[in-house]
Amino acid sequence: MKKAIILCLIILSHQVFSQKDSSFIKRTPADTSKMKMNMDAVYNRPFLTAGKFPVALGGYLEANSSYFGTDGVTEGLSFQIPRLTLFLSSTIKKRIKFLSEIEFEEGGKEIAIEFASMDIELHPLLNLRGGVIMNPIGAFNQNHDGPKWEFISRPISATSIIPSTWSNVGFGIFGKYARNNFVWAYEAYMTNGFDDKIISNSESRTWLPASKENPERFEESSNGVPLITAKTAFRHRKIGEIGVSWMGGVYNKFEDDGLVIDKQRRIDLYAIDFNTNLPRINTYITGEWVWANVDVPETYSQAFGSKLQGGFLDIVQPILKRKVFGWENATLNLAFRTEYVDYNVGNFRETGGNISDHIVAIVPGISFRPSQQTVIRFNYRYHWQTDLLGNPASRTAGFQFGFSTYF
Amino acid sequence: MKKLYIVYSLLVLMILGIAACKKLLPKAPKDDEILDGPVEGLTAEEKIRFLEGDRAFNNEIFTSETGLGPYFVANSCGSCHAGDGKGHPFTTLTRFGQADSTGNTYMNFGAPQLQNRAIPGFSPEQIPAGAAFSKFTPPANTGLGFLEALTDVQILANADPTDANNDGISGVPNYVNAPAYFIPKSHHITWSGKFVGRFGKKAAAIDLWNQTVNAYVQDMGITSEYAMLEPAINGVASPYGDPTPDPEVPSSRVQNLIFYLRTLKAPVQRDQNNSDVQAGKQVFMNIGCEKCHKAEWTTQKADINALSYKTFYPYTDLLLHDMGSGLNDGYTEGTAKTSEWRTPPLWGLGLSKNSQGGQYFLLHDGRATSIQQAIEMHGGEGQSSNSAYQSLSQTEKDQLIKFLESL
Repeated sequence: MKKAIILCLIILSHQVFSQKDSSFIKRTPADTSKMKMNMDAVYNRPFLTAGKFPVALGGYLEANSSYFGTDGVTEGLSFQIPRLTLFLSSTIKKRIKFLSEIEFEEGGKEIAIEFASMDIELHPLLNLRGGVIMNPIGAFNQNHDGPKWEFISRPISATSIIPSTWSNVGFGIFGKYARNNFVWAYEAYMTNGFDDKIISNSESRTWLPASKENPERFEESSNGVPLITAKTAFRHRKIGEIGVSWMGGVYNKFEDDGLVIDKQRRIDLYAIDFNTNLPRINTYITGEWVWANVDVPETYSQAFGSKLQGGFLDIVQPILKRKVFGWENATLNLAFRTEYVDYNVGNFRETGGNISDHIVAIVPGISFRPSQQTVIRFNYRYHWQTDLLGNPASRTAGFQFGFSTYF
Repeated sequence: MKKLYIVYSLLVLMILGIAACKKLLPKAPKDDEILDGPVEGLTAEEKIRFLEGDRAFNNEIFTSETGLGPYFVANSCGSCHAGDGKGHPFTTLTRFGQADSTGNTYMNFGAPQLQNRAIPGFSPEQIPAGAAFSKFTPPANTGLGFLEALTDVQILANADPTDANNDGISGVPNYVNAPAYFIPKSHHITWSGKFVGRFGKKAAAIDLWNQTVNAYVQDMGITSEYAMLEPAINGVASPYGDPTPDPEVPSSRVQNLIFYLRTLKAPVQRDQNNSDVQAGKQVFMNIGCEKCHKAEWTTQKADINALSYKTFYPYTDLLLHDMGSGLNDGYTEGTAKTSEWRTPPLWGLGLSKNSQGGQYFLLHDGRATSIQQAIEMHGGEGQSSNSAYQSLSQTEKDQLIKFLESL
């Protein structure tokens, strides 16, 4: 599969870039109009189109270096290329579109189809979507492109409670209604879902990303019960956007070959997300909080939590916007993230004491954007991680420097 | 020109940033503030082996796919011994079935250890009606190699089964049957085919090999070449054929883990020059604690050079003592009486809270939540010291506690 994808991309890139007439290649910039919502993130990307060639090509690259230490022990300086992502899109027919996102993680160690859907618009309020869908839980999962963020690491809650990028095969509907300064949008999908690994994994905690290790999840559901994801969001042009979402289903294999081997055990995630741009000072604020309820067997280890929660808050303040080194409207930002994750909300049966297993982190940073599509970032990260028993937290801190750019 | 200044400023900032890197990382805790870390003097090969064992102990989390259970107490070694320290009631285990020195009559009913947890779909083990039982809180691991390096002759030199010196303290070894894989070393002595136990609450394990193999299979349901059968449950051999072929861990990993336990450093005493600590140590001697909690030992020639001819301070005699009716749970192991317990080492006591979730869980089952309580629960051979402690002035009591917390 890896070779086939690379071959296709080479052919496509040859078609697109080998033209001598530069006007033949057109860059379609991302739509930055204020009425775009998180759910539009897959449409809100820059693409290259070539003449009447039916396919548009785009993508982004992230590369960074990091120097981290935990309680006095450091692994030294290392360099990463966490992801190279390629977008392909095509308008098949009026109001019928194909969009895809293929991600090469860590230098090609993993290749994932994160998104590959066909959208059919019957009416702005009723669109059909099918294929590999990014479940609309929270905001980050759908709006995760590196160049959009001032922070090198993804939010912990958005990667370890919501296992971003969390995408599955399925079908659903979405729609939008706009009036004056308001937009209301909804999405609802049925997809394949989680599996038993979320409570049987080498993290020794309820760990939703473990389900992503199942290579068969794009072929069949682990238990035949669909995962339902639904989101509704409101946006006011001058105030901002708020979204409420839910994702729920049965995660365990409760039946095998017609025999019932366990009861159906549910997983439900609830999330709230928001973003706003403060007028005059232009401060951008975005945040997300997620709660997860998981039916863990009573007789299993309490190390695997039945309630999890976490979230993040990002504040980005532009401090300079002018021509720099010949780049018009280059922007220098100060940024600050604070985040928290509790993997196990509850008390020990043995003592009644609180179960810990949580992380608190702060990330001050500075970013420079020569254009809106490229960001050069410098982050300092400090986080405190407390184990299940609530012993003194291990402290991890370090620096990250890198860039992310659409191309 | 202005551009050049900016470039120079950026370069200077980058150089300063790189220089400041280490200053802004969390500092390592002092050696006397943590329990983990290797003994001094290991060769490079031994350090590599130590690290292999460290990973097996702290990083290897078992799942049902890698052999966990189906009945278990914990899913990793590290979960019972956070930071190589004492355990918490969450991972306190239960042993049952033996009420006198004639042996355990419940071996066909899953004895000696209760597996109180099970993977999904299975019901955990129950204590058979009428079986005696006792709870054991996991001990700290540090310095175990020094204790193992002592000879049986050294241990037996402190035994006084008939209380010949008439001090009210007897001290007897626990003679236990050796497992089939046990290879006696030159310092082991046999007594009617039995050997002197020195590890565990009842001193029922002869060496760390014995202790480790039991922990793998009894605590986690992990088979090894030395114990190929999963524990029987409620009189029935485990009906579950987990997907991991037996043995579920290779012998090399078991041996590396044993090596890790053997080469963990001894806890380092803190505040040794503090006058209260010194006065407290004198109180400790005066009220007779040291008769059982023997302070100083010196190893002889060991197969690991770093353990040879080393003087260390564990504060234990590794012998069994009658602790009175208050601590008699009615359960025992080997030739120990039900009221007899092996003197627990006191080294590392002051750091126990850092592995027990911020509070003490002392004595064999964690019933004492302070050092003072633990002293006051001493009966039997410990009663005279307990009484002497009660009659101390508050200052002397405080000094004693301060000394014990410095260990």
